[in-house]
Amino acid sequence: MLAAAQKDEKKDQALKNHVGHPQTGRDCPFTLLNSPISHTQYPYVTGTSVLGIKYKDGVLLASDMGGSYGSTLRYKSVQRLKPIGKHTLLGAGGEISDFQEIVRYLDELILYDNMWDDGNSLGPKEVHNYLNRLMYNRRNKFNPLWNTLVLGGVKNGQKYLGTVNMIGVHYEENHVATGFGNHLARPIFRDEWHEDMTFEEGVKLLEKCMLVLLYRDRSAVNKLQIAKITEEGATISEPYAIKTHWELEAFKNPATGAVGSW
Amino acid sequence: MDMDWMNAPHSMGTTIIGVTYNGGVVLGADSRTSTGMYVANRASDKITQLTDNVYLCRSGSAADSQVVSDYVRYFLHQHIIQLGQPATVKVTANLIRLLSYNNKNTLETGLIVGGWDKYEGGSIYGVPLGGTMLQLPFAIGGSGSSYLYGFLDQAWKEGMSKDEAEALVVKSVSLAIARDGASGGVVRTVVINSEGVTRNFYPGDKLPLWHEELPLRNSLLEEASSEAEPMHP
Repeated sequence: MLAAAQKDEKKDQALKNHVGHPQTGRDCPFTLLNSPISHTQYPYVTGTSVLGIKYKDGVLLASDMGGSYGSTLRYKSVQRLKPIGKHTLLGAGGEISDFQEIVRYLDELILYDNMWDDGNSLGPKEVHNYLNRLMYNRRNKFNPLWNTLVLGGVKNGQKYLGTVNMIGVHYEENHVATGFGNHLARPIFRDEWHEDMTFEEGVKLLEKCMLVLLYRDRSAVNKLQIAKITEEGATISEPYAIKTHWELEAFKNPATGAVGSW
Repeated sequence: MDMDWMNAPHSMGTTIIGVTYNGGVVLGADSRTSTGMYVANRASDKITQLTDNVYLCRSGSAADSQVVSDYVRYFLHQHIIQLGQPATVKVTANLIRLLSYNNKNTLETGLIVGGWDKYEGGSIYGVPLGGTMLQLPFAIGGSGSSYLYGFLDQAWKEGMSKDEAEALVVKSVSLAIARDGASGGVVRTVVINSEGVTRNFYPGDKLPLWHEELPLRNSLLEEASSEAEPMHP
């Protein structure tokens, strides 16, 4: 009797689609445990939001330099903004190892483009299209590059800002954000972004959003970079930190009205 | 089931650390390998040689880290023959990265690569789960590393001497051992610089004592300190 019951339990186990992950105990697709095929994935070292806006002379991107490992803020000097060729900047949130691999793919793409030595060079539109194909085809094989990418560039006077993510969703806009930025920065962009902002206005807007993210995103770190791309080329700022504000009256004795509360 | 430890995979709970100093690097690790709750090996060597001038600190699954290091040693050997000179730390770290990244769904090992070459001097690369590769002034890994983030944020300084760096490594691993059940045993260090490689060994009973740890003695019956009466009513 006992043997039969045990056998049934094993069968139940086999039919279950999800089990506990051997290391984390969290939900894990059963196929991942036994199949030789790569299925889905888990992100390990992750970057958080990336913001992008068009401005008068080109495009501005902003991100912090954090690489989180689950809930630990493990790495604090990770470059999440990279120049690609002469005309583009790429920023990424999500799995850092996949971003590093994407940068390698793109560097190879640019190298081959330069080797033609024909005076033509890949612009941001072309790079965005390549990335979209890359991300979408990987998604179709259930082996995604676990990133949300922001691509900004200027070529022949045309400003370009777009985004593409791990499932292949892609679009262009005047202002984009990834991760938490979608919820916290985009409303600010909608209110305050306008055509032909100056560099100073653009930086102030990005810093305003980065400050909100620093307050409200657990995986944000106070070390950021702002990158600019114009017809002349790409520059990425030195890492820097922004001031936070805690001296609000309401913060001093928040529980006076209701002792014991927070 | 009580017998889970019999079949549990060998995992090196571990504390591993790699630190750069002016002139080279110091790598450090504990020596505990566990199978579930049982300590399968209390004197393991988690700092593995890849070439004459580049070493690897291994954490996570013992099997996975061993097989990765074996492959990298194999590839590097051929690379050196072809290149005609010693391998650089960067090339070694990238080989580790390729294996970790391309097998990210099957492997469970966090690695720290450290060494000395004539181009960059001493350098440390962290390659955590997933296959991210980051060059860092110092790196920590393994389950015991959780207890070291705060400590090293405060204690690590740029431009240390060799002795200061090694002392910091020994102190760090020793603190982690004190709190992490999956780390223990002895502290092994490896110092790599232009002059070569030096291995050091700090047995468990020679490490400093931390909070709530007592001085070691042979027996209750032997005199150990100024206390006259070992037994109390």
